[in-house]
Amino acid sequence: MAQRTTREMYLGEGSGTGSRHLQVNFGPQHPAMHGIIRILAELDGETVVRGDVEIGYLHRAFEKECEVGPYATAIPFTDRLNYVSPLINNFGYASAVEKLLGIDLTERCEYIRVIMSEISRICDHLTCIGASAMELGAVTVFLYMIKAREFLWELVEDVTGARLTISYGRVGGVKADLPEGFAAKVQKAFKETREVLDEVHRLLTGNRIFIDRMVGVGVLSAEETVAYSITGPLLRAAGVGYDVRRAQPYWAYDRVEFEVPTQKGADNYARYLVRMAEMEQSMRIVERAFADIPGGPINVDFEGRPIDPGAYVDRGKQGKTDGLLLIPITLSPNLQGQNRAALERVNAADKRVVLPPKETTYGSIEGLMNHFMLLMDGYGIRPPVGEAYFPVEGANGELGFYVVSDGSDRPYRVRCRPPCLPPLAALHRMLEGGMVADVVPTFGSVNMIGGELDR
Amino acid sequence: MDGSRIIERLRERFATAIVETGSQWRDHTAVVDRAAVREALEFCKTNPELSFDMLTDLTAVDYLKFPGREDRPRFEVVYHLYSLPHNHRVRLKVGVEEDDAVVPTAVGLWPIANWFEREVWDMFGIRFDGHPNLRRLLMYEEFEGHPLRKDYPINRRQPLIGPRN
Amino acid sequence: MGLGAFFATKLDEAIGWARKYSIFQYPFVTACCGMEYMATACSHYDIDRFGAGLTRFSPRQADVLFVVGTISHKMAPVLKRVYDQMCEPKWVVAFGVCTCTGGFYDNYATVMGIDTIIPVDVYIPGCPPRPESVIDGLMKLQDRIAAGAQRY
Repeated sequence: MAQRTTREMYLGEGSGTGSRHLQVNFGPQHPAMHGIIRILAELDGETVVRGDVEIGYLHRAFEKECEVGPYATAIPFTDRLNYVSPLINNFGYASAVEKLLGIDLTERCEYIRVIMSEISRICDHLTCIGASAMELGAVTVFLYMIKAREFLWELVEDVTGARLTISYGRVGGVKADLPEGFAAKVQKAFKETREVLDEVHRLLTGNRIFIDRMVGVGVLSAEETVAYSITGPLLRAAGVGYDVRRAQPYWAYDRVEFEVPTQKGADNYARYLVRMAEMEQSMRIVERAFADIPGGPINVDFEGRPIDPGAYVDRGKQGKTDGLLLIPITLSPNLQGQNRAALERVNAADKRVVLPPKETTYGSIEGLMNHFMLLMDGYGIRPPVGEAYFPVEGANGELGFYVVSDGSDRPYRVRCRPPCLPPLAALHRMLEGGMVADVVPTFGSVNMIGGELDR
Repeated sequence: MDGSRIIERLRERFATAIVETGSQWRDHTAVVDRAAVREALEFCKTNPELSFDMLTDLTAVDYLKFPGREDRPRFEVVYHLYSLPHNHRVRLKVGVEEDDAVVPTAVGLWPIANWFEREVWDMFGIRFDGHPNLRRLLMYEEFEGHPLRKDYPINRRQPLIGPRN
Repeated sequence: MGLGAFFATKLDEAIGWARKYSIFQYPFVTACCGMEYMATACSHYDIDRFGAGLTRFSPRQADVLFVVGTISHKMAPVLKRVYDQMCEPKWVVAFGVCTCTGGFYDNYATVMGIDTIIPVDVYIPGCPPRPESVIDGLMKLQDRIAAGAQRY
């Protein structure tokens, strides 16, 4: 009888029975699974033989909810899709509906959308790199990245009023213009962010341990990446320079100069480098956009004193509407950036779609009717019958919104093409053949966002 | 390549199988007969002038409550294709009847179709002929029904499932 | 007799004080609220100053279950199992309105409030709650912990 090996003794296998693979379940609730996902890994020793990925734990029926309400109701739902870069989702959906309606945006609005999208993209990459570095043990990097993200969230809060779920985009424009002094605040926040990125570069990029854990791990060849229709940083890390902002420019991306960073490695380290480079490019885009943005700072010149809103409405009710629309009123600070001049600068001049500013709503009967018709059930935004697909460059890749309209005020079908679904479908290819300790960094570099994946 | 020329190529190759074509807002669409859809997708992928190497999206639309489409098939499976070398897009659609909701699978051409088709099965109940592993993707296994169909009410509750072993 | 009761209550208070300043939370993070949870836990709005800095990523080692983010029907059994795996004394914080009442996701896929599944001690509403709300909720939780109140 053959001598039993130590392995057979410990695993209780006799000769002839062979060895069995160990099934290890990552998740669905697991600290390294950002959000919730289940990876059922079959291990042979330390090597992952099979990795079965199961998703759907955060399915919140986004597409069905969009069919319930009018077009504007879908915007808060789009916030929660990719919740680390919510502005891009808002604007993507709004652009798809604008494409159906055939609306052109004002130039200032296009620049604002670019600026806010890029700030959102930086937040997403900060969160991704921070979280995946934390899982490798570099907790300091996580704290630094979140600190930088707080600076950017303060900017977002200044413009939109909220930090995370902002509902800022509107069909036809944006909710309000940028506040005064925003360019200076952005400069300050970017200076701090650049310092943080510099520190992280010094901590991670040349770090022996980081390189050993990330280089050559989670490799997915360029052909397979394309075959799995993976886009975004993962595709660019494989050498294919496809970026929707370059290939099919939208908003103001054709007027703003930027580079599309690519790497050749197609492994986790290459993806990390691409994301770091993209953050720098995003900051450059925002700075160039501020240089080119038309309209300048909001400086409403008016002659005469502004009047109190109550007095304004009273005058309108009394019928003293002569020249009423020209008088500026002091709006509540909550409505900053929504006074008539600012709103007309950033929203398309399309009455079927865009809510009139408050002065017009309360100061004239046409404004009131317009407002009423846009909000009344059964009326509202009614695109012509048809369908439209609008791709934007989300932080993870091509985020597409496919909207089907039947002519009524409710969308017939809203489909969000999630950019992080293809990488997860290909995740088993990245994991198989690697070690069990590589599951976590690979999964982190894929940047799965549950809201977008499961919708 | 210009979108209308893509449609022309498709028409040349699959004359009768193209049910209708359209181009709205710079999106070029071709509705293909179900019998020819596998060939059409393969043609789109392999033809060097088209070379649609990326299947960006595979989804479906339920036209049950759409006004004016009562005589047409209930479902439509929609393929969004993109070509990296030529940087052009096309949308292919296949009409699917309610009682014969089967479509040939695209898994052999683009591996990502595996998950997209599972999602369509989960949400709409359209089967894909030849799919290796057609099970639910987003909902749990015990779920009954196909939620994105128009006749599934949005807030129908199903009994809570208990912990599995 | 009175002296024994005095020491017993002082002991209870001491235990409550120790427990409330050494919260080992298990962040059951699912969705967008997780971002605000991360923001609250990190340097800007530090929760480490409340003694809640160390997240125990195992239910066996945790005493407070922070349910952060929407719970869907697919996830609910997992939540129940994680809750069952925790040892007493344990508390549950429903973080975000999706866990309190389901939020605006009134549909086939969402559990309308986790208190249909597990008992909840503190509800922190908000979508997502601002870090100040989270800290307020945490302080209320600390009051409950110090008082020794349990719900199970």
